[in-house]
Amino acid sequence: MEILQLIFSGLASGCIYGLIALGFVLIYKATEAVNFAQGDMMMIGSLSIISLTSSTALGLSLMVAIPLMLILMALIGFLIEKVFITHITGESQIAIAILTIAIGFGLRFIAGVIWGYDPQTLESALIGTYYNFGKLVISISEVLVIITTLALTLSLYYFFAKTKIGVAMVAVSQNQLAAYYMGIPVKRMQSLTWIIAGLLAGVAGFLYSAKSSVDPITGLLGIKAFAAAVIGGFGSLPGALVGGLVVGLVEPFAARFLPVGYSHLMPYIILVMVLIFRPHGIFSQTYSKKV
Amino acid sequence: MVHKSEISNSSLLETKNIESYYGPIMALKGVSLKVKQGQIVTVLGANGAGKTTLLKNISGVMVPEKGNILHYKDNIQGFDTDKLVQKGISHVPEGREIFPLLSVEQNLNLGAFTRKNGSDIRKDLDVVFSYFPILKSRLAQQANTLSGGEQQMLAIGRGLMSRPSIMLLDEPSLGLSPILVKEIFSILRKLNKEQKLTILLVEQNAKAALDLADYGYVMELGRIVLDGNSTDLKNSKDIQEFYLGAKEESQLTQRRWKNRKTWR
Repeated sequence: MEILQLIFSGLASGCIYGLIALGFVLIYKATEAVNFAQGDMMMIGSLSIISLTSSTALGLSLMVAIPLMLILMALIGFLIEKVFITHITGESQIAIAILTIAIGFGLRFIAGVIWGYDPQTLESALIGTYYNFGKLVISISEVLVIITTLALTLSLYYFFAKTKIGVAMVAVSQNQLAAYYMGIPVKRMQSLTWIIAGLLAGVAGFLYSAKSSVDPITGLLGIKAFAAAVIGGFGSLPGALVGGLVVGLVEPFAARFLPVGYSHLMPYIILVMVLIFRPHGIFSQTYSKKV
Repeated sequence: MVHKSEISNSSLLETKNIESYYGPIMALKGVSLKVKQGQIVTVLGANGAGKTTLLKNISGVMVPEKGNILHYKDNIQGFDTDKLVQKGISHVPEGREIFPLLSVEQNLNLGAFTRKNGSDIRKDLDVVFSYFPILKSRLAQQANTLSGGEQQMLAIGRGLMSRPSIMLLDEPSLGLSPILVKEIFSILRKLNKEQKLTILLVEQNAKAALDLADYGYVMELGRIVLDGNSTDLKNSKDIQEFYLGAKEESQLTQRRWKNRKTWR
């Protein structure tokens, strides 16, 4: 029973890592840039939903607050791309990485100014509702996290495999020049990618706030999600989710069975192992060009 | 009657004195050429002559600094590629540039990205299969698993999916065996005859290109140095010497630019 309990809570936090990792992978695939601000975008999403629903602030119901927050996050994704990223496309990847790290710092600072540095929690019936199945305790918020993540991953998968726009976005990520030749509006596709990444950060932010308390430093979770994305094979959407689940599952087990402190280390130990034994990640898609 | 002959002689595509730069380097130094409706026109030249740059300027990937590009009577320089694809200009780039991890079917459908009518697109897919039957049997396969020749066929098929009035073809013979080059060039001839596809073909393989084309231009260092009917070009001493590899008995084995017969 204890094992089941650990698996369950591991899956729930793994889903959050997975969602952030999906954001990483998405932007990497479409623009060949790593967005290190993805975790901080999630933090903004969390804090916004808390403010929108808080009885001391706006006091909206979740049904109204969630769409509002998602619109805000889409806008943030769009603006980051329009204001910062477009100006340095074509620069080296390291330049873009440094820029997004800076954007992450910026977001943390802005969040600190707006919300302060105290942890905040979502006011909702979702929090603290538990069901007991024998010895297994299941919280509604964890169920919500798992179901939403699965649904979102499946619909993203469908979007990128079957829809015209989705396939065109994948095409842009694989061969930008050829995409231009096909008449695909490459720049608009890249904006769309950032909008979707913003939305993903928003969903992850809401789910995270349903699980735990949030402060501006929460965004540093993004680093673990980055490890998850690498474990899954940077560039693979299902890999990102699996990587997230691996990281999420390892933590509670390490916390239970290993000495104190190891649980935070374990994701990186796995990361190093994966990089040694399967350097392209678990679900990597690589190819070499024929001449 | 005069009017009618004017129409059949009118050029589908024309570049007038286009100049283009890579940073400070001038890659095209005033290039003018004409492609008439239904023609196959080839542009020959060595590496770095500016052939690919010329095609990139026409298809809108690069914007010429000076000069005009006319499609029928419209000025099209500086247009975005999606506009140009919709106008019927299709660019099949050098080195095929397929989408490696997408299926053959997805690659072909992306060629029709700017088009809306689904049933028309499916009909054109069948047209492509009638010329490249191998693609039909590889439909679900990931594109990077195709052989080089099949990838070139995919690239041409994908270019056809936008239903172009003119296809810009950049070195389709690159890296292919002579037999495959022959096969692909004979398919190009069939497309020209049966689908009324006008082709602007950039090639280093001068013999194959001149055998296929109606008219040819020779580029050197960003300029057009010679043009003419392909039969005339094939008989020209310069072309024979520098592009077709013929040697004159009386000369030293070393070929020298000093010995060329005509200068511009």
